Amino acid sequence: MEEVKELKKKTSEKKAEVVIVIKGLKKSFGKKEVLKNINLEVHKGENVVILGKSGEGKSVTIQCIVGLLIPDAGSLKVLGEEVTEMTEKELKEMRTRIGFLFQGAALYDSMTVRENLEFPLTRVLKIKDQHEIDQRIDEVLEGVGLKDAIDKWPSDLSGGMRKRIGLARTLIVKPEIMLYDEPTTGLDPITSREISELIMNMQKRYKTTSIIITHDMECARITADRMVIMNDGEYIAEGSYKELEKSADKLVRSFFNETI
Amino acid sequence: MAEQDIELTGWRKWFAGIGDQGVFFGRFLRNIFAGGFEWSEFVRQCYEIGYRSVMLVGITSFIMGAVLILQLRPSLASFGQEGMLPKTLTVSLIREIGPVITALICAGKIASSIGAELGSMKVTEQIDAMEVSGANPVQYLVVTRIIAATLMIPLLSLIGDVIGLFGGFLAININDHVSGVLYFHKCLASIDFTDFLPAFVKTIFFGLAIGFVGCYKGYNSNRGTESVGLAANSAVVTASLWIFVIDAIAVQITSILFYH
Repeated sequence: MEEVKELKKKTSEKKAEVVIVIKGLKKSFGKKEVLKNINLEVHKGENVVILGKSGEGKSVTIQCIVGLLIPDAGSLKVLGEEVTEMTEKELKEMRTRIGFLFQGAALYDSMTVRENLEFPLTRVLKIKDQHEIDQRIDEVLEGVGLKDAIDKWPSDLSGGMRKRIGLARTLIVKPEIMLYDEPTTGLDPITSREISELIMNMQKRYKTTSIIITHDMECARITADRMVIMNDGEYIAEGSYKELEKSADKLVRSFFNETI
Repeated sequence: MAEQDIELTGWRKWFAGIGDQGVFFGRFLRNIFAGGFEWSEFVRQCYEIGYRSVMLVGITSFIMGAVLILQLRPSLASFGQEGMLPKTLTVSLIREIGPVITALICAGKIASSIGAELGSMKVTEQIDAMEVSGANPVQYLVVTRIIAATLMIPLLSLIGDVIGLFGGFLAININDHVSGVLYFHKCLASIDFTDFLPAFVKTIFFGLAIGFVGCYKGYNSNRGTESVGLAANSAVVTASLWIFVIDAIAVQITSILFYH
């Protein structure tokens, strides 16, 4: 009985482990203040959806997390380390633990799908064993349901297929955190739903913590454990999909009524 | 830590650009010796830059050699010195026209292609994707292209020189009958090491300038499709300017060292 209690305690502690802590994050481009005061905590295994209008700076937040952009002020702790104080080497090491799916998938168009998937394995993880490389490629391609596309060029793939391969390329290094930048933008509703479900399946399979930037409510409904709504450089509301759906706030409700 | 985006104008912007290029060149130098040289990409770039430019350089040099003979003939004939045609052609072709014409053609073909390729990769977030995956985009994209250009331009220039002499041989035989043995004997007898070496050394710098300018313009292009065209265009113009600047400096140094 004591053992069970101990296990439960450990599990609840594990659930509460915070992997991303953002405090007072600010970022401006010229005179435009994009992030005014961003505060966010993301727990291990959690899927957080950041919702907001286009041009609100949703993507800027996750670009700061991976060090693509340097914030003007604030603290940004990822996996216990302060990103804003990292050296180039530390940043590179931290990035190997984070997967980033870009809006347009960002497949390397001078490489085939196989070469795209091999790239992070040989350059980042420095795996030399071809058998292991092939095994990992097979595993992720099977996961995204595109085993037949292995020798295709990115230009031969549809928008949905590109997103799937992009997801496979980020998952192949088995990251602890996944950052999705508008994963369903530009896709038809059916493919959008498939990608959203795929994100959930992959999250269960690889047990990742995720931040999903989107303005697609269907994607948010399928993927979110928790949602934050961004407006004018700040997070104005937070809660589950169901909680926010019932919100009295006019702006929050407007997302659900699809008037924005 | 905080790094504000400062908008610069006029000469401040120009100096900032020079500083930026210096930093980029420093990154290139550091990454040459950082370990993990991308041999396969380097070989691919040598093929793209070198082999795929042979035809263009060959045709241009052949025509240039022929045209030079046709232009020189009346001048030399006016004081009965047609016998000097092979010598005049060889010296002008090896010392100056061959390297400069080859470099200018390569500035148009290679610098623009590198600028457009990297610019397009920047716009479609492929460079960011490489960076956030923990890979080294400078080592993979920049180092390989600059070194390939630095090695291939001198080789192309040599090939262009030889083909230019063949063009001259054809042009001489339009009006006269000169045997190949006599023509090439006269060509080779008219140049020595001091003609060939400085010209060869300056083509190495031409190659470095073409590769560097192409990579810098592409890698630092802005986001948006228009910037791809601007990067390509700006790469050609800047690389061509650099070729003339390097040529002027090289001629001065060569005069001091060899012809005084």
